[in-house]
Amino acid sequence: MRPFDYVEMRVPAKSQYVGVARLTISGLASRIGFSFDDIEDLKIASSEAVTNAVQHAYAEGEEGEVVIGCALYEDKIEIMVADHGQSFNFEETKAKVGPYHDQEEGAFLREGGLGLYLIETLMDEVKVHHQEGVTIFMTKHVEGEQVEKDVETVSS
Amino acid sequence: MNIQVDLTESNNVLEGFVRGEIDAHTAPVLREKLETYQSHQGLKAELDLSDVNYMDSTGLGVFVAFYKSVNANGGHVKLKGLSARLKRLFDITGLGDIMDIESVGKGGN
Repeated sequence: MRPFDYVEMRVPAKSQYVGVARLTISGLASRIGFSFDDIEDLKIASSEAVTNAVQHAYAEGEEGEVVIGCALYEDKIEIMVADHGQSFNFEETKAKVGPYHDQEEGAFLREGGLGLYLIETLMDEVKVHHQEGVTIFMTKHVEGEQVEKDVETVSS
Repeated sequence: MNIQVDLTESNNVLEGFVRGEIDAHTAPVLREKLETYQSHQGLKAELDLSDVNYMDSTGLGVFVAFYKSVNANGGHVKLKGLSARLKRLFDITGLGDIMDIESVGKGGN
């Protein structure tokens, strides 16, 4: 038996579904026992990722779908957001996504701007896979110490 | 998942109340309403965000654009009533140091 529960959503690449995805992830996160503040962080980070995917599809003039996969562990949540509408084998895709490098992803970062910066700040770990569209993979641990440190560094 | 934006202007003073959620879907509504006033010379704008219960980078983008435009026209923008959560969003992006922001929540994260 795999060590996590898996929930996958597939929504049209339209802005009105960003909020739907956000609320669903909020519900899943509260099941795991995240604090109120962590859930708010997760809501923002997942909205940013889905917004990116929606805007990407919109820019391409596609009527695509966004796939959001959530792996729920006892002490963490892993969220994968893909803008190319393909269902993924969560473990396979997870193995493929690499660390996020500002240099290599320069164009993508500029496109995503503030949104990606927020994802990096609010989540414990972020990875991006750039092939057949963009897949963002992000992790947050229950009581993630990492976030608090990051926030302090940035705001000081 | 809705937004309500009420703006009233008299003598170049703009009072605004924003309620609800500001995300990719609702931000265009806010942007459009603010754009009506942003090029007024010497506009004094005060936007009350105490009933904004969600905001992300799309909302930040709208407020930054409004702030830039009003400033360029010799005006001033003040955001007030921000929850600790909302204030934090401005702070971690560095916008809290640049813009005139008054929060209600003390401390927070």
